[in-house]
Amino acid sequence: MGTLSACIEGIGLLGPGLPDWPTCAAVLAGTSPYAAARTVLPSPEILPPAERRRAGRTIKLVLAIGAEAVAHAGHEAAGLASVFSSSGGDGDNCHEICAALAGSERLISPTRFHNSVHNAAAGYWSIAHDCTEASVTVCAYDASFAAGLIEALSQISHDGCAVLLFAYDADYPPPLHQARPISDAFGVSLLLGPPESPCALANLKIELCTQAPSLFEQPQLEALRLSIPAARSLPLLQLLAQSRSGKVVLDYLDSTRLAVEVQI
Amino acid sequence: MTPLRLTHFTATSCLGRGLGATLAALEAARSGLKSCDFETVTLDTQIGEVAGLDAVVLPAALRAFDCRNNRLAQLGLEQDGFREAVRAAASRWGRQRVGVFVGTSTAGILETEIAYRSRDPDTGALPADFDYQHRQNSFSVSDYIRRVLELEGPTLSLCTACSSSAKAFAAAQRMIAAGLIDAAVVGGVDSLCLTTLYGFHSLQLMARTPCRPFDLRRDGLSIGEAAAFALLERAHEHRSSADLLLLGAGESSDAHHMSSPQPQGLGARMAMERALDAAGLAASDVDYINLHGTGTPSNDSAESQAVSALFGPDTPCSSTKAATGHTLGAAGALEAVVCALALRHELLPAGLNLDERDPQLKLNYLTQNVRAPLAAVLSNSFGFGGVNCALLFGRAA
Repeated sequence: MGTLSACIEGIGLLGPGLPDWPTCAAVLAGTSPYAAARTVLPSPEILPPAERRRAGRTIKLVLAIGAEAVAHAGHEAAGLASVFSSSGGDGDNCHEICAALAGSERLISPTRFHNSVHNAAAGYWSIAHDCTEASVTVCAYDASFAAGLIEALSQISHDGCAVLLFAYDADYPPPLHQARPISDAFGVSLLLGPPESPCALANLKIELCTQAPSLFEQPQLEALRLSIPAARSLPLLQLLAQSRSGKVVLDYLDSTRLAVEVQI
Repeated sequence: MTPLRLTHFTATSCLGRGLGATLAALEAARSGLKSCDFETVTLDTQIGEVAGLDAVVLPAALRAFDCRNNRLAQLGLEQDGFREAVRAAASRWGRQRVGVFVGTSTAGILETEIAYRSRDPDTGALPADFDYQHRQNSFSVSDYIRRVLELEGPTLSLCTACSSSAKAFAAAQRMIAAGLIDAAVVGGVDSLCLTTLYGFHSLQLMARTPCRPFDLRRDGLSIGEAAAFALLERAHEHRSSADLLLLGAGESSDAHHMSSPQPQGLGARMAMERALDAAGLAASDVDYINLHGTGTPSNDSAESQAVSALFGPDTPCSSTKAATGHTLGAAGALEAVVCALALRHELLPAGLNLDERDPQLKLNYLTQNVRAPLAAVLSNSFGFGGVNCALLFGRAA
C-alpha cells in the first residue's frame, strides 16, 4: 500500500542547451560541462503542412521528446497510452487570445481557440501518430512533473500496460512572463512499463514522503530545476544518467514530496 | 474493475444550487438557459449562468484564490452537506488517503482576460494585483478545493477540455485501485469566460437560440457553467441496494482532428466499449445513456452512430445540455450527478428543445421524462483534441 512501481524503457529530453537526452545525460553524469543556451525546438516534420503551421512551441516540444523516448525504447507510438503534464500549456497562444479579447473586435481564430485547450499538445501527438489509446492531460502548477509521474504509475499498476509520460513547459511572453517567470522551454518524456520488464533501463518505486527535496550543488543546474516546473524531474534523471541505483526526493505539494527509488 | 461507492454528490449549475434544485428542474423539464448578458459580451447567444456568484465570499485565509471559478467551486462545495461528508471521509481514511481530482478547461482565465484590459499603456504590464498562480493556472481550482477541505492526498487538475471531469473519475478510480488512496473528491468546475464564448463563436459552433441536441435543425451549443462533485470511496463488502456505484470507465482518443469528432464516432464507441468491459457488463445491461449531446451537427451525428452501433436503436438516451448548457470541463461531473439522480429517483430525464427529430439519428431519444427503475446508466463526455471518456454508474445489487 502506498508504493507504486514501474520500469523506464526510453527517455526523450529537450531543454535550454540540452538538444537531446544523450547530451543531457552527459551533463548530469558530469562528463560534459553544461553550456546554457536558448532551447531550440525542431520543426515538427511529422505533421501535415497545415497542422505544422499551426503548431506552437509546446506542440513542437512534445512531438520531439516523445519521438526520442519511443525510438530509445524501440517501440511504436501508435499503441501507447499517454499522460501529458504541463503547468501552463501554450503561453504564446494564451497571450494572443487575451490580447485579442482586450481589443475592440475580439476576433480570435478557430485555430487559436482549439490550440488554447490544455490538452492541445496531446491532441497533436495522437493525430501525428494515429494513436487512439487513452490520453490524459494533467496540471499541478509547480508539482506537475510529480503529479504526472504518479498518474502514469497508477495507470501502469491498474492496466498493466506501457504509458508514455510527457512533462513539458514553455515560457510565457510578456506581460504574463512577469507573473509567471518560466525561463525557457523544457520537456522530458519517459516511456514507462510494468516493473521488471526485460527491456528496462531502470526500475522505479515511488512513494509520498515529507523529506526535503533533492537539490543540485551546481548552481546552473539548480537554477534550471527551479525555473521550469518540468525540470523538477532533473534529480531523477541524474540517477538515470549516472546509471546509478539510489533514491531522490522530488518537489510535489507543499510539504508532501515524492520519493523515487531507482534500481538499475 | 472493483466498483467504488459514490457516497455523496452535489451539483450547482444554471438549474440551481444543489441536488434539490437540480432534480426539481429535471422533473419539470425546465431549462436554465437565458439570453447572454455576461460581462461585456455582445454575442447573440444563450448562456447557462449560475446566479449569485458575485456575492460568494472565500474564506479569508484563501482570499488569494478569489476569482469567478473558485467562487463557483466554493458555492458548489457548500451544497448538500458535501463538505461535511468529505470531513467524515477524511477522519475515516486519514487526510493523506483522500485525493482531489478536479476537471476544468479554463479555470480562472476570466481574471486574466479582464486584467489584459488594464495593461499599463507604457510598459504593457499587468495590474499589480494580478495573481497567475491562484487564479489563472489550471491547478488553482484543485489547489483551492484541497485547502478548503483540508485534504493532503494526491491532487491534480484534469484538463482534457470537455471530457476533463469525466477523466477525473477515471483517474481517481485508478489511484484508489492502485492503493495510493482510499477515497477521492472528484469533480468539475468551469465558469463562463470570454475565451470560450468568443472561441466557440469563431468556430461557428454556438447556437443563437437555446441549443437543440438531436433536433433536425440543431445549429450548435449553448455554454453554461457548473460545479459538480462526488465523493468516491473504496466499497465496503456489505452493500445496501441504496448504494450508488461507479462501475466502470472507458477512454480513447480519436486521433482525427483538434475540434471535430471522428465522423463515424469510432473513438466514442471505443470509450463506451471499454467502460462496458471494465464493468463486466453487456450493452443490453445499460438502461439509460446520458449523451454528450452538445447540439452541434457533427457531435450529435458522430455520437449517434457510435451509440447505435453498440447499443442498437432501443436504449433510452438523452442529452441534458439543453437544460444546463454545455458546462465544458464540468460537464462530465455534472452529468455524472444527473446519472446518480436518475438512479436514485428512477427518472430518465427528457432532452429538451426538440422540435423535429433528426431522422438520421437513429436512437431512442427521450423527449418526455420517463419513470423506471434503473440498474446501470452510461454517461458520455468527449473533448477537443479527440479525448473521449465514458463512465458507467449503477446500483449495488
